[in-house]
Amino acid sequence: MSAAPPGAGEGGGARRTLLFGRLFFGLRGAGLPVGVGEWMALMELLSRGVIAPDLTDFYRVARAVLIKHEAQFDTWDQVFTAVFGGGQLPTKAAEELLSWLEDPLPFPELTAEQLAALETLPLDELRRLFEERLAEQTERHDGGNKWIGTGGTSPFGHGGRNPAGVRVGGSGGSRSAIQIAGERRFRDYRSDRVLDTRQLAVALRRLRRLSRAEGEPELDVEESVDRTCKNAGFLELAFTPPRENQAKVLLLMDVGGSMTPFTRMVETLFSAASHLNHWKRFDHFFFHNCPYSRLFESVSSQKVTPTSEVVRDKPRDTFLIMVGDASMAPSELLSPYGAIDYFEHNETPGLKWLHLLRSHFTRSVWLNPIPAEHWRGYTLELIAQLFPMFPLTLNGLDQAVDHLVKRTHAPPPDLDPSLFRALW
Amino acid sequence: MQDGAATWQGTSDYIAAEDLRRIVNVAAALGRPLLVKGEPGTGKTLLARSIAEGLGLDLISWHVKSTTKARDGLYVYDTVQRLYDSRFHDKDVSDIRAYIALGPLGRAFASEQRVVLLIDEIDKADVEFPNDLLHELDAMSFTITETGDLVAAKQRPVVIITSNNEKELPDAFLRRVVFHFIEFPDEALMAQIVDVHFPGLDRTLLDKALAVFYRLRKVDGLRKRPSTSELVDWLAALLASGVDLDQVGDDVPFIGTLLKRERDVIVARESGKPKRWR
Repeated sequence: MSAAPPGAGEGGGARRTLLFGRLFFGLRGAGLPVGVGEWMALMELLSRGVIAPDLTDFYRVARAVLIKHEAQFDTWDQVFTAVFGGGQLPTKAAEELLSWLEDPLPFPELTAEQLAALETLPLDELRRLFEERLAEQTERHDGGNKWIGTGGTSPFGHGGRNPAGVRVGGSGGSRSAIQIAGERRFRDYRSDRVLDTRQLAVALRRLRRLSRAEGEPELDVEESVDRTCKNAGFLELAFTPPRENQAKVLLLMDVGGSMTPFTRMVETLFSAASHLNHWKRFDHFFFHNCPYSRLFESVSSQKVTPTSEVVRDKPRDTFLIMVGDASMAPSELLSPYGAIDYFEHNETPGLKWLHLLRSHFTRSVWLNPIPAEHWRGYTLELIAQLFPMFPLTLNGLDQAVDHLVKRTHAPPPDLDPSLFRALW
Repeated sequence: MQDGAATWQGTSDYIAAEDLRRIVNVAAALGRPLLVKGEPGTGKTLLARSIAEGLGLDLISWHVKSTTKARDGLYVYDTVQRLYDSRFHDKDVSDIRAYIALGPLGRAFASEQRVVLLIDEIDKADVEFPNDLLHELDAMSFTITETGDLVAAKQRPVVIITSNNEKELPDAFLRRVVFHFIEFPDEALMAQIVDVHFPGLDRTLLDKALAVFYRLRKVDGLRKRPSTSELVDWLAALLASGVDLDQVGDDVPFIGTLLKRERDVIVARESGKPKRWR
């Protein structure tokens, strides 16, 4: 070995192993997917003396070998500070909590007393409580996030995103790597993390319908060889239309209001679907709580397309994917002029519009960002009777795709006219 | 690097931060591909050219498009040409090898000399594309099915892969690469970079321009923040027109060279004005 790696030297071996072990397990513990292969590559670099014997060089080389996404740099910085600068190791529980806070569950129904109790808690008190709990949890290491979950107040504790029961900085010495890590320059990239459009894209790819109906014909080599042989070696070419994906997809998304906490999830699904370049046609529209006579072309703009036009123009075999929490006031679904937007003026109740969409598009599903165990409420039940409903998770999406590509599809049940008689 | 191999130090027309120089040499030492990500305009693609120049190696580029298949990078077997040739008996068609053309990856492996292979914008292709290359990049070899020939790297090429983050890359692929994220250059490094493009630029003009440039980059809510290549264009426009930055006040001249979206221009203009009470 021509150059000593950090921590090496007389009698430094044991300490080095200990430190490196702490780094490896610290990274794994913080939820970073560091594999043995990558670790061995780093060890190889160390033993060949490629890494200069100073911590700064070790910091950047080890990061390049072990960490493969800029969104994980911040966690790396924290673990590095903890191991080599004597800070506190971030735990996976803390990371999970942070991510959980970004996708809160819908607020469970609370009793009047509970609500009152909540309101009397001042913000800093909430924050203090939260931090206390989080600290305890780190110490105990026992699936404690559930324990915080029972409080149910955390998603709404505004301070919740700051707590990071993780000590930051704590530059133990004058070594610059610790300072670099302590600066946590990559903190901003954390929020940029594309949730995982890749997994969603892989699931959505199964949504296809191959046929040889259209497209530029391409050379069929096997058939050409066969025919040429039969033709006594005189060349005869055979062409077939290519197998192309004929699938058409229409994505209708609920935005705003009660969907706000799920914006990231819906955006992820949308970007996965729109970047796929895989379908013959992909269209999307937005609605607010329930689609009525018109659909919005973008979240912010006022450009609209009449729902009747969508139904008229889109072929019936288009895959319809509805995304929404299906939770609203019953009047928004069942009463004329019941739309939450005053200017909507819907003469026809929302449920009838939904029924129209469902009847026209024989292959349709509803993806609900609310986890299935929390599905309750009158409107949600009504919509689930109409559309096969799946949770907006990887698993749920898989099942939804399975359902869409099934060969036979039952028509929707007729609407019970008495539904519309009740006054809301 | 103690391995005796040449090390890359950046070239006269490509200024690299020290981190990047280290990582390039580490990836070369490990023989693993280097995955480079970073904001558009931070010189990801140029990096490979500079490495090739710096190390005195040939560069083979493979620009990935949405329709690119992993196999295209290995070789293409021109069946149609062979069928046509068989018809007129003016060529010997018995040798399949004459109809097999190596792709960029194949050429990099087959080369007698060590080369730099650039796989540009790998995220443009299908989501499964990187997975289809796993074995080839690991073993640095592949077999041509039609002939049974093995194409194995005589000298492991220096592989540089760039990504713009359009799609997430598969974990199995990531585990096999060394990763570097090009951070946006700070003012000192940027001054050096500008000096490569405009040697002997007036220092006061440069300082003023950089101040405006970094202020624009800090504006909240920009869809696309101006990057190095836009700065270079903007400076060229400033020099050509001879506009004095002191005279123009808050309005940035030729803002269209820096910001490419109408909305961003509006956002930037608004940000220059004092905030109204809301």
